Amino acid sequence: MNTVMLQHNKVTLALHEVRPGTGRPLLFLHGLGESAAMMSALAVDWDGPVWALDFTGHGDSSVPAGGGYSSEILMADADIALRHIGEATVVGRGLGAYIAFLIAGARPTLVRGAVLIDGPGLAGGAIHATSNSEITSGGDRTGTTPDPWALIELSRDARPPTYTTTFARLAVSGSGIADPIAVTCKVSPPWVEAIRAEPGVMIDITLQDALDIYAAV
Amino acid sequence: MTPETRSFPGAKRPDRSYRHNADGVDIAVYEWGTESNPALFLVHGGSDFAGTFDVFAPLIAAAGYRVVAWDHRGHGDSEHAPLYGWDADIRDALSVMSAVTTKASPVIAHSKGGALMMQLADSCPYRISAMVNIDGMPSKRRMPDVPDHDQSRLLADSIGSWLDFRHEAAASERKPGTLVDLAQRRGKMNPRLSVEWLEYLVTIGAQQDADGWRWKLDPTMRFGGFGPWRPEWASLRMAALTMPFLGLLGTFDEPMGWGARPRDVLPWIPSSGRLEVLEGIGHFIHIEEPERVSTLILEFLS
Repeated sequence: MNTVMLQHNKVTLALHEVRPGTGRPLLFLHGLGESAAMMSALAVDWDGPVWALDFTGHGDSSVPAGGGYSSEILMADADIALRHIGEATVVGRGLGAYIAFLIAGARPTLVRGAVLIDGPGLAGGAIHATSNSEITSGGDRTGTTPDPWALIELSRDARPPTYTTTFARLAVSGSGIADPIAVTCKVSPPWVEAIRAEPGVMIDITLQDALDIYAAV
Repeated sequence: MTPETRSFPGAKRPDRSYRHNADGVDIAVYEWGTESNPALFLVHGGSDFAGTFDVFAPLIAAAGYRVVAWDHRGHGDSEHAPLYGWDADIRDALSVMSAVTTKASPVIAHSKGGALMMQLADSCPYRISAMVNIDGMPSKRRMPDVPDHDQSRLLADSIGSWLDFRHEAAASERKPGTLVDLAQRRGKMNPRLSVEWLEYLVTIGAQQDADGWRWKLDPTMRFGGFGPWRPEWASLRMAALTMPFLGLLGTFDEPMGWGARPRDVLPWIPSSGRLEVLEGIGHFIHIEEPERVSTLILEFLS
């Protein structure tokens, strides 16, 4: 597997070419605590090259000291990958599904369809203010992936429905695709429930059916 | 090169300064007052640094406190971290505080520091014995009167601009200038503070390189103007606090303030607390009137 190392500020991201191909690339985004290697086994029928990204603090990407993770930073990770591979269809699992969804709204002309599938980190944290627990140590795994701070912070990042529906509308208005988001998830945390009701979001569809639709876009 | 210096009436550099390792991030910590005195923590706001307490902190220390402040990650002399986040700032704070004492201690926090400390007080009420919040009580933001579709366009532009910046962040650096240039730039954000104070701040919060002065604030810390956090969440936490609470609010809006008005904040003041509105003062209440504000706070703490 060919791997390209990309720089995102002080973090080095590993972007893996799972297999070559001809046509529009497909980008895999993994779940919380997973890595690109786990996504690479996903069986899909796609003619173009298939790439898989290790998010900050995961897989072969570097681990920043002291945490400070947010879904928006991971969205920027995905944007770094997209600048390298160009316009792409994105498949995200769990946390990666949320990031695929965010980047579809943030870069609607670069993301030609985002497919959201179940996986770790899909739910995120609360949808409003809550009390946090006191956490003073990430254990003795400093420098290893997945980064404990990533697991702690990204499993409880806030995803209020009003925020996520905004990204759904940005994807619809900016992409020129009738249905730029495909939700295949069986699990429906509040943010997913909110976007299922939005125009431009396909539901009750399989991963491969969604990819077939986006391949024709 | 010997850096230019400035003095300011009443300003006193800390009695002690040291480094603290907060889960791998190198944090600069400062103390005023006798080390054996009870600890009191001062927390600065966003884009600020602990040196902005150089007049205020000695007044509090003189009342018998060991006053401890630190530069937040990416600010002042603390390390420019790879990542920044609200929870990380709170965790850094807890790490610094725990290294000083595990006893419940009073906290005086300004602006973003106030909102951060309210979250810490909410999750760890056993760490804070009394809380003074200086204009760090964000409430539901007044939205500008623009149509929905224009707001969507502005948001799209804001997100796109932030993502573009992330591509260049590794190479970004602050613009150099003369000491006077930097003071003037800061003056746009702190329009009510004197030129003498702003020039003093440059000498302690900026570094002098061969091509001029640069603020030490991490140039990669550019806020996107978007995100899931809602300012009114701070109000929900504030209302639930149980320790003695004093909120201070000025009446002049400033660029670095939250724009919170007394009528926005009052309904959320906890039953253990009170709000003092200081007429004719802006966002930097403790810098504009350090004597008056320190007296008010010390009365509250006593």
